[in-house]
Amino acid sequence: MIRFENVNFGYDERQVLHDVSFHIKPGESRIFLGPSGSGKSTILRLILGLDCPWSGQIYIDGENICGQKLKKLQQIRKRIGMVFQDGALFDSMTIGENVGYYLFEHTNMQEDEIEHEARRMLEFVDLDPDILDKLPEELSGGMRRRVAIARALLSTRPKIMLFDEPTTGLDPQSTQNVMNLIMKLRQEENIAVIIVTHQIADALKLADKFVVIQNGLVRFDGDMEELRTSTQPEVQGFLTPFRESINEVVKRDFV
Amino acid sequence: MIGKLYRGGRKFVYEIDRLTRFSVKMVLSCFGRPIYLSETMEQMYLIGIGSLFLVVLTGIFAGQAMALQFSNELADFGSKNYLGRIMSLAILRELGPILTGLMVAARVAAGITAEIGSMKSSNQLDALLAFGVDPIRKLAAPRLLALVVMVPVLTIICDVIAIVGGWIIAIFLAHITSTTYLSAVNERLTFGNVFMGVLKPVVFALIIAFISCYKGFTTRGGTKGVGQSTTESVMISSISILIINFVLTKVVFSYLKGYL
Repeated sequence: MIRFENVNFGYDERQVLHDVSFHIKPGESRIFLGPSGSGKSTILRLILGLDCPWSGQIYIDGENICGQKLKKLQQIRKRIGMVFQDGALFDSMTIGENVGYYLFEHTNMQEDEIEHEARRMLEFVDLDPDILDKLPEELSGGMRRRVAIARALLSTRPKIMLFDEPTTGLDPQSTQNVMNLIMKLRQEENIAVIIVTHQIADALKLADKFVVIQNGLVRFDGDMEELRTSTQPEVQGFLTPFRESINEVVKRDFV
Repeated sequence: MIGKLYRGGRKFVYEIDRLTRFSVKMVLSCFGRPIYLSETMEQMYLIGIGSLFLVVLTGIFAGQAMALQFSNELADFGSKNYLGRIMSLAILRELGPILTGLMVAARVAAGITAEIGSMKSSNQLDALLAFGVDPIRKLAAPRLLALVVMVPVLTIICDVIAIVGGWIIAIFLAHITSTTYLSAVNERLTFGNVFMGVLKPVVFALIIAFISCYKGFTTRGGTKGVGQSTTESVMISSISILIINFVLTKVVFSYLKGYL
């Protein structure tokens, strides 16, 4: 589904990713862990083709996206839903216009049909459909994040969803709501999720495979058990503060 | 020192290269589908109606001040009747386009850069791309089209208002008859002068659109970056307008002198 082969990338002259390779098979979900500034979000941008790697190849469903023209990239992007950090809602549009944006832009659907779809999607993400006429600034951080998920879902009904720090900056209740929603996407809609986060405690509950990135290098790529028993000093160093959470999840899964 | 100059020069050339590529993309985005007609109309309204009061106010007072200066000077030579000719020339060729260009640059360029820059720093431009929308076509092209249409219109309004301002001074302070002033104005409404008066605002509109959108799309560094880009956008647009104005004047004088 998604394959990175020896990808190097950076901004201006600063290299962010060093020889990154991994393979996410169809239906698999993956969490990218790592400290802030390690290059996690850059990977999502590369998957979407928003940036082009310095060297190496990126394949989405077998198609190499590097160096593709905008039109071709747009087609590839239609298979992927993206929830940006902080939602990236269009702040001059109402919630209804945000959620129905893709339909407004790319279909000939009537306004009332789009509104109906937007209401349905807001209900799916456990939000009151009556917020349709509100502006993003009138919503809390957690609600904005859920609106962003609804917007991404209503766009192309993607099979892959990318989440950039979906729970960062949220209170515990909102974090729980967003996590429940991501789990619902996996279980009910069968959507593969790729999540970038530095909040390990939340991440452990959302996927079964993990990639640890540090200073732009892939330090680990494997499942929970391998992660827990990894002897790599970089991985151990990163996981130490979260050791208790990992053991709790392992224990819970075992029970 | 030499190293610093070299690095500065290299950065300048790099920026010019990027600006040129971006500008070409912007122009190409105006053609083909989808056409964002409602966005273009909205921008025309915001730029045109939004700047109208500013342009009218500038035009009337600048016209009056100029007429006052010229009428006093011309009175010394007993040539007050030529006031209309000089006003017509100065306003059509220089004052109208320059004042309108600078006013629009200050007001609209700042707005465009701040809006697009804020969208960039909050990932909204990336969100557009993720939804299969080309941000240059969606945001930059409508602004370019709106500026190219509205800046000449605003310039013509500024010209008329400034000439009216001169007329008020001519009648009430310089004591020239209305017919004398207006026929003198009419004498200099030649093809060359009108052409120069319309060509300049079109070029200024392109400069404002290219620079303000480019600065918005290349904004980095969050809120502070947006502020910096906005300031640079207004500064570069204004300076470019003044420089290009000189170049255009020279070109028109070289090739269209017979029509002036």
